[in-house]
Amino acid sequence: MQTRREMLACSAAVAAALIAAGVLPAQAQSAWNKAAFDAKAVEDVLKALGAAKPVESNDVTLTAPDIAENGAVVPISAASALPDVKRLVFLIEKNPTTLAGSFELTDAVETNVATRVKMAQTSNVYAVAMLGDGRTLYAKKEVKVTLGGCGG
Amino acid sequence: MSDPMRIRAQAQGNGAVVRVLMSHEMETGQRKDADGKVIPAWHITEVTAALNGKTVMTAQWGTAIAKNPFTQFTVKGAKAGDKITVSWVDNRGDKRTDEATVA
Repeated sequence: MQTRREMLACSAAVAAALIAAGVLPAQAQSAWNKAAFDAKAVEDVLKALGAAKPVESNDVTLTAPDIAENGAVVPISAASALPDVKRLVFLIEKNPTTLAGSFELTDAVETNVATRVKMAQTSNVYAVAMLGDGRTLYAKKEVKVTLGGCGG
Repeated sequence: MSDPMRIRAQAQGNGAVVRVLMSHEMETGQRKDADGKVIPAWHITEVTAALNGKTVMTAQWGTAIAKNPFTQFTVKGAKAGDKITVSWVDNRGDKRTDEATVA
């Protein structure tokens, strides 16, 4: 009979072996920026993503509802006409996890991404564009949430 | 293995608008079950989109992306008949890849 601890150590060893053998995509697993997703404050998240000091800009468009009746599904989108946007990031200030998602763009896609997020409560939503020249621009909007999408 | 994604890729102007609907629980790790135990987080962490096998966009997602995630993006230069492939990996290491043809 194995104890839980031995079992965990054992599975970790197996996982390491699998990564070494190239069975598990080690790179794909480690690419997820845990520090950025763990960070609470908007500034900390951006720092963890390696962003420059953010500047509010009209060149970034954030589309989000004024009032979200159901915080579990809030459609948001971000777009920019600026060239060379490397990354679009969605931040929700008062969520337990501030960083909702980060989209790394290439030249082959337009700077226009939409998704749906969960919001715990009424909060500012940020769309942050990180440019190839090192600038970080953002647009923000307050979205009122009538029914929270986390916990219950 | 989870349910297939629904991918629609529509040629529009000089590119293709791709809409993806994934089937995933996206558990936040904030909720508790009936016994008061926290339900562990279970969410998609990474998404990759490719045009004819060449990666055009990747995304990292946290728990704040809604259940059964939807995402939309526009691939430049894609024309009818091109293949759009979308794949995701979740924090349990589960993964899924689906393909659609631009119409």
